Amino acid sequence: MTKAQHPQVVTANHLLDGDVIYLTEALDWTRQITEAAVAHDPRRAAALLDEAQSRPHEAVGPYLTPVALDARGRPGPLHFRELYRTTGPTFLTDEAQNVPV
Amino acid sequence: MYQYDAFDAAFVRNRVAQFRDQVERRINGALTEDAFKPLRLMNGLYLQLHAYMLRVAIPYGTLNGAQMRQLAMIADRWDRGYGHFTTRQNIQFNWPKLRDVPDMLDALADVEMHAIQTSGNCIRNVTTDQFAGAAADEIADPRPTAELIRQWSTDHPEFTWLPRKFKIAITGSPRDRAVTRAHDIGLRMLRDDAGEVGFEVLVGGGLGRTPMLGKVVRAFLPRADLLPYLEAILQTYNLLGRRDNKYKARIKILVHETGIDRLRAMIEAAFDENRRTFAPVDPGLLDRLDAAFAPPDFEAPAEVPPLVSPALRSFIDTNVHPHRLAHYASVTVSLKPVGGAPGDATSDQMRLLADLAEDFGHDELRVSHEQNIILPHVPRRHLPALFARLREGGLATANVGLVSDIIACPGMDYCALATARSIPVAQRIARTFADIDRQHDIGALKIKISGCINACGHHHVGHIGILGLEKAGVESYQITLGGDGTETAAIGERAGPGFSYDEIVPAVERLIGAYLDLRHGRGESFLQTYRRLGAAPFKAALYPDAPAERRAHAG
Repeated sequence: MTKAQHPQVVTANHLLDGDVIYLTEALDWTRQITEAAVAHDPRRAAALLDEAQSRPHEAVGPYLTPVALDARGRPGPLHFRELYRTTGPTFLTDEAQNVPV
Repeated sequence: MYQYDAFDAAFVRNRVAQFRDQVERRINGALTEDAFKPLRLMNGLYLQLHAYMLRVAIPYGTLNGAQMRQLAMIADRWDRGYGHFTTRQNIQFNWPKLRDVPDMLDALADVEMHAIQTSGNCIRNVTTDQFAGAAADEIADPRPTAELIRQWSTDHPEFTWLPRKFKIAITGSPRDRAVTRAHDIGLRMLRDDAGEVGFEVLVGGGLGRTPMLGKVVRAFLPRADLLPYLEAILQTYNLLGRRDNKYKARIKILVHETGIDRLRAMIEAAFDENRRTFAPVDPGLLDRLDAAFAPPDFEAPAEVPPLVSPALRSFIDTNVHPHRLAHYASVTVSLKPVGGAPGDATSDQMRLLADLAEDFGHDELRVSHEQNIILPHVPRRHLPALFARLREGGLATANVGLVSDIIACPGMDYCALATARSIPVAQRIARTFADIDRQHDIGALKIKISGCINACGHHHVGHIGILGLEKAGVESYQITLGGDGTETAAIGERAGPGFSYDEIVPAVERLIGAYLDLRHGRGESFLQTYRRLGAAPFKAALYPDAPAERRAHAG
């Protein structure tokens, strides 16, 4: 798997609250990866990243990450790290909630 | 406990004011992230996977009820109602907002706390034995010395931008509960032939990518010479430590590449120079520090009620440590309930701990590097009442030192550096061995889990160490065996190929099953059995399908 073979989205952390955010087609930020702008070629990906990097007082550490598209063309995480960034701490939902602490 | 003087109070308040201004300038655009990042890190503020994280210093792991209660308030007001106690005896809040952090720091300053020296390439907060000042096996309380080092190192102009972070641990007991051999400098208190208290000085220990145990650089250092000697070590490291490669920048690499004998000669030369020029520590300061950590006003021996409850007896068996006074005990409150995240405490639990410290424990609390909370001074007559209140609060888990008392770093559930998750692995192991009778049958066993090579979970010194990595796009867990963080320290040996997330807990079960089959009765611990037999039978249990010859070479 290489990044070049997959479409990409731009993600970062929000400056004020640290939330995981994604750049949209409207060049706004969303907290839903499914609403992220999808770059299907390297040139578009670079343009989106340039846009994100030009707004350092909204987003911290923007980068491109490869995504998989669902049947409706909406992006979703490919790598498990990106998956966990979309879910929050996994043990709060996966494991611990069903167990009396 | 040490109490701030006017200098300390002003210093901490000024630092908060500085940081408030820095945050404001970051938000209004005057500071770039590149400029802001080192400033926020110097104030304990990280940006993690999902949010900012504020790491608050608990110097040498000591705090009182009011401070714990304030941590609970901060968790409720500015975070999500819980905190995470760390292997550096600190606490982390996982969800602060950037604008709120200066207010959080002011709230900390209200109770003489801060977040300084919890990050950055400086001398970090000094860690020590969680039973300091209470342990029956102690030569002397190491905390006055730890505080002396804190005062010397805070904002030290020469050592604020070291090649890498620098960690010092100190123990006052020959039983090393502070993992001194895995620190950049380890200080082990001892007495010379004349009875004078001093330190054996170890240098160049550390875990992470290149795990090494510290080497003795000074067999005995009088306490009065401590600061000029530490300064000599830091000067030598600051000059020679590698800044070209962050993975080779820790002092352990300098020790390894230079050789301890050559490095010792350089340090001794610098020490000779320092002794001539170093302003001697004001003896009055040492006296004040000793007085600040004077024992509490212990009560007289009193009748202890009979321990009729089996649950209480079980709790005392595992969670109570001998105190220097026979009618007292040090009580470890486990933050490792089955299903919980190791080291996490809710704000309600923090308030309960504060109440219990005030009601039963001379208003003292400790954080251990094993991510538990200790009431160091509890009269034994109070143990039944204390246990009952802990039970009501869900804090009476009787598993200290057992298989479910697992160290786990935050891993990829929080940490931006992590390569795999740690907490869910710890939870699944704890759940697998939830039966307390089974845990007691297995006996003393330290499992330590890190979610990346940086080894915050101390996996190298776990009897069973687990290191989470990424392999081919999925989480993969390597096992190390035979590690030990105590006075008989050892770096664990890698057992062989890694296991998937779904395979790692069954692999640990096989290891423990092999130990139960191999041990010479319940008196022989996992580590003792491993040391008697070596890795081979444990590797056979881990990799039952591998040919014996390949198993022998695995790892």
